[in-house]
Amino acid sequence: MGIDEDGFRAGHARGANEAARLFTTRIGHMSQIRLIVNGHTHTLDLDPATPLLYVLSDDLGLRGPKFGCGLAQCGSCTVIVKGQAIRSCITPVRTVAGTAITTLDGLGTLERPHPLQTAFVEEQAAQCGYCLNGVIMTAKALLDRNPKPSEEDISRAMSGILCRCFTHERMIRAIKRYADGRQA
Amino acid sequence: MKTSMTPDARAALESAGYSRREFLASSGALIVTFSLADLAGTPGTSAAQQGGRTAASLLDSWIAIGADGTVTAYTGKCDIGQGMFTAQTQLIAEELSLPVNRVTLVACDTAVTPDQGVTSGQQSHPANFNHSNLALAGATAREALVKAASERLGVPADQLVAREGAIVVQADPSKSVTYGDLIGGKKLTIPLSPTAKRKPASEWTVLGTPVPRIDLPALVTAQFQFVHNVRVPGMLHGRVVRPAAVGATLVGVDEASVAGLAGLVKVVVKNNFVGVVAEKPWHAIQAARRLKVTWTPGTGLPAQKDFYEQLRNQKPTRDTFLINSQDMDATLAAAASVVKATYVYPYQSHGSLGASCAVADVQGNKATVWSPTQGVHPLKHSLATLLGLQPENVRVIFVRGSGCYGINGADTVSLDAALMSRAVGKPVRVELSRRDEMAWENYGMPFVIDQRAGVDATGTLIAWDYEGWSAGLGGRPSYDRPGNLITGRLAGFEAAPLTPRSPAPAPTDPLDNNRNTVPSYLAGCVTGRCLGAGTIKSERVLSHRVASPFFTGPLRSPERLQNTFAHECFMDEVAALVKADPVAYRLRHLGDPRLSEVVRAAAKAAKWDTRPSPKPDARRTGVASGRGIACVVYEGGNGWVATVAEVDVNQDTGTIDVKRFVVAQDSGPCSNPDGMKNQIEGGTLHSMSRALMEELTWDDQKVTSVDWRTYHTFPLGFRIPVVESVLINRADAEAAGAGEAAATVVAAAIGNAIFDATGARIRRAPFTPERVKAALTLRPV
Repeated sequence: MGIDEDGFRAGHARGANEAARLFTTRIGHMSQIRLIVNGHTHTLDLDPATPLLYVLSDDLGLRGPKFGCGLAQCGSCTVIVKGQAIRSCITPVRTVAGTAITTLDGLGTLERPHPLQTAFVEEQAAQCGYCLNGVIMTAKALLDRNPKPSEEDISRAMSGILCRCFTHERMIRAIKRYADGRQA
Repeated sequence: MKTSMTPDARAALESAGYSRREFLASSGALIVTFSLADLAGTPGTSAAQQGGRTAASLLDSWIAIGADGTVTAYTGKCDIGQGMFTAQTQLIAEELSLPVNRVTLVACDTAVTPDQGVTSGQQSHPANFNHSNLALAGATAREALVKAASERLGVPADQLVAREGAIVVQADPSKSVTYGDLIGGKKLTIPLSPTAKRKPASEWTVLGTPVPRIDLPALVTAQFQFVHNVRVPGMLHGRVVRPAAVGATLVGVDEASVAGLAGLVKVVVKNNFVGVVAEKPWHAIQAARRLKVTWTPGTGLPAQKDFYEQLRNQKPTRDTFLINSQDMDATLAAAASVVKATYVYPYQSHGSLGASCAVADVQGNKATVWSPTQGVHPLKHSLATLLGLQPENVRVIFVRGSGCYGINGADTVSLDAALMSRAVGKPVRVELSRRDEMAWENYGMPFVIDQRAGVDATGTLIAWDYEGWSAGLGGRPSYDRPGNLITGRLAGFEAAPLTPRSPAPAPTDPLDNNRNTVPSYLAGCVTGRCLGAGTIKSERVLSHRVASPFFTGPLRSPERLQNTFAHECFMDEVAALVKADPVAYRLRHLGDPRLSEVVRAAAKAAKWDTRPSPKPDARRTGVASGRGIACVVYEGGNGWVATVAEVDVNQDTGTIDVKRFVVAQDSGPCSNPDGMKNQIEGGTLHSMSRALMEELTWDDQKVTSVDWRTYHTFPLGFRIPVVESVLINRADAEAAGAGEAAATVVAAAIGNAIFDATGARIRRAPFTPERVKAALTLRPV
């Protein structure tokens, strides 16, 4: 049905396994962890098993990454690490210590938005907007490594991202608009 | 300080330290107020949806213009992602002749905004964009400013015009006075004027245009504050521990199981409610996982396998006749042909993308709750009931959550946060887990619908009989029913009871088609008055409500969608029987010209191929293509829509690939055409997901569709159909609903297209490959 079913399901399975692993690690012990988020370095005293999402949204107060499922099934928590869009809800913070992390908050600002963010405004591509973090960050990672994605490439990249307001058409248009604009 | 605030409003403001309106009032302001009698009703709208309950619960001003010319408007209709913040800002900007960026809209805060009930059921457009409420307040303010300017300038009012924040002499624009100058240090309180003239649509420059969403720049740059981002000093994090099974009650909590756990603050128990409060979210998650809680076995759930078949046998029932012409059996006996069919629609989840979240600060006898609820005032009262507080000591502030599509976990998580905050005496933020969100929702109601229709020798429909069964439990918390939600029930409150009533009393006039139980083709006659959208005079509509094992509540186009699925597919069955074109056959039985017009508009835009269904000479294997149509007049008078769906059916695999939707919609004036299109697109695809994939599942103890592997929808990468919108703009008509109409007809349009393509009628949603294949095997050879 036009969906990479296997990829989608495998992503879910991976997410569930990783989530299960998180809960079997020893908890409660704290250590100092250095995080580089949107170019700023933070040194935090944390349980190293804490999923990155909670550190970003609670300890650092960032509004981009969001909790959707905690199972890597929906994409709401997506951040970019080493050029890859990853699910911060199942990523133990210790695994990204010292690595540059980019969140939607760091992509552009209200005054100087990233052109990809501008494309979403130009296409009026949102309803409630809760999914925008996952949509934009996943598209950003795709377009950085593949500046001229085919329809199929975009579909594959977005096959694990949900938008329950179903703003699908406008969002895909926004991604293409940005990709086309860069090529022009 | 002369304002006409109610004591309730003043107390709330003072307790909350909220001083904006006090400031406005003390430094000079024009404030438009209203009384309870002014809160206008809307056709097809229940009082609960429309407005408040008592005068005491109502705040009384809609608009305040400060001495500096700033305009602040107060509304009880929130932006839950449908664009209502932008549209209402446009409305005020238009009525006061200002650019949108000079209007501040304050929405849904019990301390400062009027009680307009719940933001739901596509009621916001009719409630606030007609000759009442917010729109009338704008017109009243403009008239007052013109009158004041007339006195100030010595120019008759009819020679003055509002322009860019000033009242200007039309013949000599150099003569003008700004709103700020007019108000000066004065405190003007004016009542909402029923005779104030709204700006005619022909003069609109802001309303009726595609003003971009005001919130979008902040959304795309992660500056927007969702309720999930609310942070209050000293705030802790709570997590709920729900029962292991439906109906299970608490045996015991072993607090030793979490003793010494990092960050744990308190284990909270109230009746069957269990939660943990901790310093950080991760602490709370771990404590909730590790806490040993013993529950009784559940009360047991009926087998899903034949649950829907058994719905009609459940007792007791609450029976309602909406129409009964009392000649059904005789008319059917005399008919040339009779068609019968049963349609089934399952429980479905709201399935919000974000798990619901709220923050509560309960201190002593006062509470403040930041909530994504659709109804701040009703929730305020339900929270007061839950906590045993005086309603005036509870303030609920709306902060947007993840799109809800009806009553998701927004209200119940607000109760969770309040219970836990009270237990620790500190602010507590609660975010549900995915499972807690989806296993304990107020699900969309299941329906089983039997219909019979009779046609005469000319193929004209002469009788239509509807008998439906639906299951319900709880619902919105309303003003006094925390037990309508899982949290309230766990804390010891009861859901609103099902009051048995059988047999049904005679139908009452006027016809109430609020739930679209009455098919559009019926004349809808009750005691001689016919308010239906159609022409069929032999008509009977009988519905039965039974008790549901799961909580239920409104889900985008509640009941209307389920009923319309049954009506509109069945209409197609009758058309096929008499070998009539589905569009022409609909038009032949419709009496409502606006419904006929959207049907014609959708068919025209879709280049409808006029012929009976199914498609002649269709292949019986491989991929077959077809088109179907469905239409509805939402709530019998609040939005008109028709949708054509074009599908490919893979007859070997049973998969449905929808290629295209064409949607024609009439919501009166198009207040924001792009916002309306966005709602049509989203509502259509949402309903496509529901029609093809979404279905609650359970075992003998609990719900088992609890995440995105067990509850199915399609992701962004899915090959989605084009959605083409045809907006019927009736600038001078009453504003009608726009957010749910299009969602109502999709399942039927797809089902009819499947029939057109294959000759197989599918009468049960969702249309999974298995069900499609089963329907294909039942085709006549």
